[in-house]
Amino acid sequence: MANAHLRPAEPEPSLNRVDGRLKVTGAATYSAEYPFDNLAHAVLITSTIAKGRIANINAKPAEAAPGVLAVISHKNTPGVPAYPPVKQPAERAPIGTAFRVFYDELIYFSGQPVAMVVAQTLEQAQHAASLVEIDYQTETHQTDFVANRSTAAIAVNVQRNKTSPFQDYDRGDPDALPSAEVKLEATYTIPTQHHQPLEPHAIIAVWEADDKLTVYDKNQGVKSAQGNLAQAFKLPREQVKVNAQFIGGAFGSGIRVWPHTVAAVLAAKQVKRPVKLVLGRELMFTSVGYRPFTVQKIAMGATKTGILTAITHEGTGQTSAYEEHLERTILATRAMYACLNVSTRYRLLNLDVNTPTWMRGPGDATGMFALESALDELAFALQLDPLELRLRNHADADPERNLPWSAKSLKECYRIGAEEFGWKNRKPEPRSMQADGLLVGYGMASSLYGFHRHPSKAKAVMQADGSVVIQSATMDIGPGTGTAMTQIAARILGVSPKKIRFDLGDSSLPDAPGQNGSATIPSVGSAVHDACKALKNKLLILGASMPGSILSSAWPDEIVIKNGRIYPNAESRSSVLYTDILKYHKLPQVEMTEESKSGPERDQYSMYSFGCHFVEVHVSPVTGEVRVKRVVTCADVGKIINYKTARSQSIGGVVGGIGMALMEESVMDHRYGRYVTSDFASYHIPVHADIPQIEVFFVDQPDVHVNPIGAKGLGEIAIVGVAAAVANAVFHATGKRVRELPITVDKLV
Amino acid sequence: MKAFEYVRPSTIREAIELVATNPKAQFIAGGTNLIDLMKHGIAAPEKLVDINHLPLKKIEKRDDFLRIGALVLNSEVASHKRVLASHPLLAQALNAGASGQLRNMATVGGNLLQRTRCPYFYDRAFPCNKRIPGSGCGALGGINRMHAIFGVPEKPDPKSCIAVHPSDLSVALSALEATVLVQGHRGERQIPMADFYRLPNNRPEQDTTLSNGELITAVEIPDAVFQKHVHYLKVRDRASYAFALVSVAAALDIDQNRIKTARLSMGGVAHKPWRLFDAEKMLTGQAVSETVFRQAAEAAMQGARAFEHNAYKLRVAPNAIVQALKLAAGLS
Repeated sequence: MANAHLRPAEPEPSLNRVDGRLKVTGAATYSAEYPFDNLAHAVLITSTIAKGRIANINAKPAEAAPGVLAVISHKNTPGVPAYPPVKQPAERAPIGTAFRVFYDELIYFSGQPVAMVVAQTLEQAQHAASLVEIDYQTETHQTDFVANRSTAAIAVNVQRNKTSPFQDYDRGDPDALPSAEVKLEATYTIPTQHHQPLEPHAIIAVWEADDKLTVYDKNQGVKSAQGNLAQAFKLPREQVKVNAQFIGGAFGSGIRVWPHTVAAVLAAKQVKRPVKLVLGRELMFTSVGYRPFTVQKIAMGATKTGILTAITHEGTGQTSAYEEHLERTILATRAMYACLNVSTRYRLLNLDVNTPTWMRGPGDATGMFALESALDELAFALQLDPLELRLRNHADADPERNLPWSAKSLKECYRIGAEEFGWKNRKPEPRSMQADGLLVGYGMASSLYGFHRHPSKAKAVMQADGSVVIQSATMDIGPGTGTAMTQIAARILGVSPKKIRFDLGDSSLPDAPGQNGSATIPSVGSAVHDACKALKNKLLILGASMPGSILSSAWPDEIVIKNGRIYPNAESRSSVLYTDILKYHKLPQVEMTEESKSGPERDQYSMYSFGCHFVEVHVSPVTGEVRVKRVVTCADVGKIINYKTARSQSIGGVVGGIGMALMEESVMDHRYGRYVTSDFASYHIPVHADIPQIEVFFVDQPDVHVNPIGAKGLGEIAIVGVAAAVANAVFHATGKRVRELPITVDKLV
Repeated sequence: MKAFEYVRPSTIREAIELVATNPKAQFIAGGTNLIDLMKHGIAAPEKLVDINHLPLKKIEKRDDFLRIGALVLNSEVASHKRVLASHPLLAQALNAGASGQLRNMATVGGNLLQRTRCPYFYDRAFPCNKRIPGSGCGALGGINRMHAIFGVPEKPDPKSCIAVHPSDLSVALSALEATVLVQGHRGERQIPMADFYRLPNNRPEQDTTLSNGELITAVEIPDAVFQKHVHYLKVRDRASYAFALVSVAAALDIDQNRIKTARLSMGGVAHKPWRLFDAEKMLTGQAVSETVFRQAAEAAMQGARAFEHNAYKLRVAPNAIVQALKLAAGLS
């Protein structure tokens, strides 16, 4: 079991999770758990072929089965109002068309929803689903990345957009690579990997009226889901309510509104009852995106002293035949190291699969596996310590944008990480360290993740009884959003966290971005900060206006507030209560709503989080089994709001990285274009026994340029680079360089 | 899942009658595999005959063997004092399998009768001769990283099967030459482990030699000399809760550094627990040494053949045999 240590000492005690008790006692209500008396159940029937068309659907036996309310397919769907009229004969959607559920007879991927049974009970719906007879007319499909790689091309999206970051990129001298003193070229592959949060995706759809929809839907952004559903069903935004208060993990799978959500809304419309739809584990592999299969070629040139003179990074990712999913794969390489001559290329390969999506550290986790593996290979070629190579190429300013960093303590991360890990004990030669008959390897890698801050609103309300309610339509997919926000509010208002309630996950709350891109603390945290500050100021002004108020002569920056009690200065023994102020003014509550967003600083500084990971692995020379024995991770993400939740976030990222490095792989049988790993028995994620002690450190220095709270995102950077650190440790242990993840027994023995 | 009738007979005889007279009836004990099969639509019994309360829950010492009732839970066997003292290999094998939660539900009889975890068997969109005889073997030309290297003919019959049996317990039982006690409506019989499982041949749908309606009532394990020098080695993709890529049950009787008797069986390599008779013979009478173990492993691998994705098993398996023997013998 992961056991995180805390050094240096926590500056102030971390607030425990505000919803911890609800979660561990089962009192938290998740999407599938909202009770409705007349709830009906929907079960999806999905395509067993990868490409072709539905020749015939015989729903009669299913319709006659007990409890069945409807069998819905493209033949009888109530229809999504925003879909264009169906053409006859059906034509394949042009690239860039989001998948339309029950639209026409065309099949785009194996696992595509083709019909749906709605019944009184789940069991009735499941049984009836097995009775629906579907005949397909198959066409030749292409799902094999390796076999089709030569057809990869620049994304249409990129061709149309000259300012796209995915345009071919060249800086410096194109001859730098061929003329380099030391050269290296290698190709790295990551397989398709799935988010697979423990809570499957689920929705209850309720039509409150013909033009009023409420959904309890597992997603990562209630506001974007609201907008998406309003558009799809041609409803005014305010007529759609999306609730997602508790989420049992998502890792990116809930950023989009997926076909199953739309299907459930259609079902509820058809049967005029609330309808619940829960994806089974196997459908989680084809319904909510995945980290795309990606092949990357890296070439590097360096001086004999280990100064990088050239890097080229070519990445090709998999996408569907109908949509383009682009991710940051090659982008980190432009900013990570001080190298004058850098070229990147990014290509997409359209295959007959469902569309990938963002998965924790999207693009960067993929790209940094390649870049940081290549760095390790270069260090070995140069007979240089891998950490020393990174230090020699440290970028003191952003080499891509030629801007100063808003803040960067990567060298401090290296120092802390190396010291706590005991990196100096690493013997340089591979296979030179052993323990108990096992090969011991030490590996490390850097990490980075771009700073994202989106316009966010928060409302802060002081109530007559001195309790505070903060509201924002932000989300908590697990990191502890409510806890961190409560802590921010408590610090500013001088109110005990116990008196603060933070509401999220409801589309009727003030506008906020979804939880993705490590943007929640930087964006919503800033809005909460601003709203609480505005509320405090308003209350202080109200307080100062009371006759004979001790606050009327106080200097604002000397005022101290503790437990809702306002002291004009630190020495003062007399105080005014927030509640006194509201009472005097006969106000039931005082509230302020603030919007917070980035300003011109975005053009003055380059903003990233940085970090590094140090990993020890033990490898059996007999069986090839790899076990991670120890991880030390250190991040510079600006100010840490809550050490405890931040630490958990880092541990989770490392666990995800260990899974990515050693076991996660969605394997497809390309003869059928269908996964053979559609359950947890065959799609392996780490279990407790795979997770060693993970020590987490933070630099914890506010980045004063990014936002009022000085905090950057942590969720993604926690995983970025971990897989490379593990792979580098495996190389050090065994002398074998595995460039195709996951690193399994068959690749080592 | 299809609707089914659920019955709970009060006697063994009644339970057997209910299943023997109805080809669409099935016994259910812990249900840790059967429920999955039903959810996937692979098993669709019309009647489930719950045997959980039948009196088959004892671990008893008999004359020269240990009898373990078919309904004893995996976790109970693994922590039973007598088992730990007399047959530690069983406990090792059980603890290497599944998870704590599953071992608390799964019974001994159910463990032996669990079906393969071949993905082509579980997904009805694929062909599978074990699920639908004659439909073809998906794994043969497909993804076969987990599949058999033993008991497979040189040119596998497309009507056959290359799946492996997933049980760890049965590998240990096979090494210990246990006997399976079964009862049918024609009476009782004792099936040696070596005859309990079948190779797929032309009837891959049939995992065992049990007849319809026959109920496992117990397994009997001879008192043996394998207390001190045993080891169950399981090579897997993660540290716990994963099926074996290759596993080895090794049991040695060593007297003054000389091997009097050796028993070896492997899991994850065949349609049934794979006894390594040749290797056992080779080890008998030899002095304990890594060289001898290596020779035995080479002998054991005779006749093994790989498919597209499981050639690594040809490299891992002999290493695993040597390692298991070394650990059993106390060689480090």
